[in-house]
Amino acid sequence: MDFYLGLAQIVGVHTLLGLSAYCVLLTGQVSLAQAGFFAIGAYVAAMLTVLAGWHIAPAIAAASFVAGAIACAIGFPALRVKGLMLVVATLAFGEAVRLFFFNFDYQVARGEVKIGPAGGEGFRQIRFFPEHGWSTLDVLMFIWLFVALVMAALWWMDRSRAGAVLRAVGEDEVAAQSAGINVTAVKVAAMTVGGFIAGLGGGIFAHYTAHIEHAQFGVALATFAIAYPILGGLSSVFGTLIAVIFVQGFLIEGLRFLGDWRNLLFGALILLAMNVRPRGLIDAATIAAVKRMRIRNREPGNARTQGAE
Amino acid sequence: MLELKGLSKHFGGVRAVDGLDLNVPQGEVFGLIGPNGSGKSTVVNLVCGLFPVTAGLVLLRNEDITELASHMRVVRGVTRTFQNIRLFGQLSVWQNLWVAQNAIEHRSEGFLRRWLGGPGRARAEIDRILEFSDLSGKRDELAGNLAFGEQRRLELARAIVARPALLLLDEPAAGMNAEEIDQLDARIRKLKQDGLTVLLIEHHMELVMAVTDRIAVLNFGQKIAEGTPDEVQTNRLVQEAYLGVAEAA
Repeated sequence: MDFYLGLAQIVGVHTLLGLSAYCVLLTGQVSLAQAGFFAIGAYVAAMLTVLAGWHIAPAIAAASFVAGAIACAIGFPALRVKGLMLVVATLAFGEAVRLFFFNFDYQVARGEVKIGPAGGEGFRQIRFFPEHGWSTLDVLMFIWLFVALVMAALWWMDRSRAGAVLRAVGEDEVAAQSAGINVTAVKVAAMTVGGFIAGLGGGIFAHYTAHIEHAQFGVALATFAIAYPILGGLSSVFGTLIAVIFVQGFLIEGLRFLGDWRNLLFGALILLAMNVRPRGLIDAATIAAVKRMRIRNREPGNARTQGAE
Repeated sequence: MLELKGLSKHFGGVRAVDGLDLNVPQGEVFGLIGPNGSGKSTVVNLVCGLFPVTAGLVLLRNEDITELASHMRVVRGVTRTFQNIRLFGQLSVWQNLWVAQNAIEHRSEGFLRRWLGGPGRARAEIDRILEFSDLSGKRDELAGNLAFGEQRRLELARAIVARPALLLLDEPAAGMNAEEIDQLDARIRKLKQDGLTVLLIEHHMELVMAVTDRIAVLNFGQKIAEGTPDEVQTNRLVQEAYLGVAEAA
């Protein structure tokens, strides 16, 4: 049972990470900086609970704001470059963040032990949950509360004008400009929201793993972050959730017996998905089909009701 | 309405537009014609701010907008269509208009309401324009799935939903059949009636001659003639530009 609870926790945190990339990807920007924002959120939140003695709720809120602010600041220069150059720029940022934490040593003596981030050794003793007697189930519910909140917020945004505008920018920047959209502002806003969500995910991640170190926030995590929404499709936030469940639940855990060969499969799967479902598992056509099905079932005099007469 | 003063755009050594003076009066349909590569589309791109000018001024209602960002020109009332259609293909027909409407319609609303609110008030206006564009039956289709003629109509709809004062049409009849061109003709006349100023770039001469009040002719980035359709049609320079210079026998 604990295995499944643990898995559900991972799925929750990775969904937040995937959704942060989803926001940015909607505007057509491929960002490999999400793992960097995730790392910033993790370290900030952990330092606040461990060193400053904060409760976890304000700590992850503060972590989100810090990550969001940094994303906003990064957004202006980074989004001036496009396409592959943006991938390189954001990758460089992610690595810079990782290397910062690799060198970041800020330990404080508490009695006989020293606590706090210790450079390459990482940041241990993030014990908010055990210290406050939270069970695994409590932690799980705490994580999914935030996942649900973020998904609901993004789902709402998707259906509002803001969602349509983000997608319009992603489709064609020139046309968007000519339709009166401030493309730079939209892209930076998406980056900021993405950073905020990644920071939130990172803050939670730090507390349930209890130990964070630079190596966890490398290129692999950045690739996962962007792979989820690509795999799941950009038509709905649920695509990202399904992709995370598929990757974490099936590929990573389900195929554990394959050992490190799994990673090869992961790459092959992305290639396959891009060829078979270029717009993701759940694309606009899927949603339109579901809608049509619902409408058909509602209409009086359709095949099913006629059959029942 | 629109005034261009000494407008130039050079791409490297190519003088796409070279010292162009143009005055498009309020409420007129103004034609801009010329052979391929004469700089017509570049003029549109400069007026809507897609790239910076090399020299010269763009004045809108006597206000200098030469340095203004593209999206801010839309707010001032300049919208356009594209020669090669540029819709938001993965958005529905209705969303394509909703996005563009943002520029002007709801500035008075609060930030949250404007960005995170539902369709609400926008709906009536958009429905009206869908009807005008003969797209009412297609409102929930993805724009990318529309037929060619419908996409052209949607582009025009997207340009007018932001309530422009000056509409730039870059070859709106390209690829259309005769019936569709007639409908376009009627729509342009209707827009003129509603008080819009239109700058029309078009190769389809029948349409240009029928619908415009004045025409300017470009060749190699320079204006070689300007006048009423009749004057332009009989202008020797224009005939030469289009048909080539008659060899002296």
